[in-house]
Amino acid sequence: MKVVVDMNKCQDHGQCVFAAPDVFSMDDSGHLAYVSDPDDALRDEVEEAADVCPLQAIRIED
Amino acid sequence: MTGRIVVVGASMGGLRAAEQLRAAGWTGAITVVGDEPHMPYNRPPLSKEVLAGKVPFESLAFTPKASTADVEWLLGTKVVAARLAERTVELDTGSALSYDGLVVATGMRPRRLRCPGLLGGRHTVRTLADAQGLRAELTRPGARVVVVGAGFIGCEVAATAVGLGVREVTVVDPLPLPMVGPLGELLARVLLKRHEERGVRFALGTGVAGFEGDDRVTGVVLDDGSVLPADVVVESVGSVANTDWLQGNGLDLSDGVLTDEHLRAGGHPEVVAVGDVARFPNARYDGVPRRVEHWSIPTDTAKHAAKTLAAHLAGADVELAPFAPLPTFWSDQHDFRLQSFGAPGLGLDDVRVLDGEPDGDVLVGYHVDGRLVGVVALGGQAAAMGAAKYRAHLLKQPALTA
Repeated sequence: MKVVVDMNKCQDHGQCVFAAPDVFSMDDSGHLAYVSDPDDALRDEVEEAADVCPLQAIRIED
Repeated sequence: MTGRIVVVGASMGGLRAAEQLRAAGWTGAITVVGDEPHMPYNRPPLSKEVLAGKVPFESLAFTPKASTADVEWLLGTKVVAARLAERTVELDTGSALSYDGLVVATGMRPRRLRCPGLLGGRHTVRTLADAQGLRAELTRPGARVVVVGAGFIGCEVAATAVGLGVREVTVVDPLPLPMVGPLGELLARVLLKRHEERGVRFALGTGVAGFEGDDRVTGVVLDDGSVLPADVVVESVGSVANTDWLQGNGLDLSDGVLTDEHLRAGGHPEVVAVGDVARFPNARYDGVPRRVEHWSIPTDTAKHAAKTLAAHLAGADVELAPFAPLPTFWSDQHDFRLQSFGAPGLGLDDVRVLDGEPDGDVLVGYHVDGRLVGVVALGGQAAAMGAAKYRAHLLKQPALTA
């Protein structure tokens, strides 16, 4: 599973961090950081994160 | 599983319902009916980026999931009536659809001002077409804009208009402060100041008595008879649930569709409601059924309602805990963001600054009987992160009725 975040769309809402804390995090200045090739066991979490992103900036590629 | 689920409403709630029905194991047919011509799209940018001309429509559309590839979409089609006893809905094309399960996802439409005057130059912001039409008028040189309603949408539109360089932007509201209903006085005062500092004018404590103009609006008449010159008017005075098509079926439609704790419409286990048209009790709070017009609610309700409906249609009991979402909303205005978790509106009588100060980034807590029920951050990213720290705390709180 490959995770792609459109950083032009991302506005650092952080909803993805709640949904998939193993994949998404906020750095000290409040900006998004993420793992682009997470374990497939985290797929449900990542899908949830994509759903709750207010900007719909998260895409999952197989 | 065989049979068909009809989802009425093809915006975010309808899309999420279809996705979540597949996730809940429903393999039968799904038909989604929606009256807009578009596939489901994201609405928050309509009052901000779309109005400012910063993003094309294509970037608003939700990315379809593979699981919904065989969902049938009837777009540009309106459901005009339902006969729940016969499990049938009637379309404006004259044909009817029968169903085994029904998802009500018809959402809201803007309330309109009922006072004298023609409609030319008067706008609402709910659909893509609305936002495109308003943008074309805001960008006319020298346009004077009056926004009626100082709620979230009204304040976002006013901020966007100022950002576009509109010469005069005035917000009118009968209440003494903007957004005071959902946020309370403390933050509302701060927001008023910040909007004024950035060029938005306010006419507060007054209603609108009528509109001047022949073929289109030239002025807004206030309660005291004074007139605000206006070339463009935006009406953001709340919304009305789209439930007309459900009348005559014995449902409680007094404000949206009243549901039980599993989002089932009264007496019809094969009918569920999702999104802001659903008036549901939240087990996290006081058990009083409410509609919630937050962006997160279509996804939250769809997840729970789809499980409820799929279980019922499979002949199984619903083995879910009562629906208990943690509401969350945000609003971007000018250069600041409001970020909220929980239900601040329930705790307006006991509002405290938790961190920061009103002149800078500030984090505000809302309490009932000394118990924190909601937090709102105003400011930059640090404030939003501060609010997020309280999210886990709010999730752990026992129900207000406990």
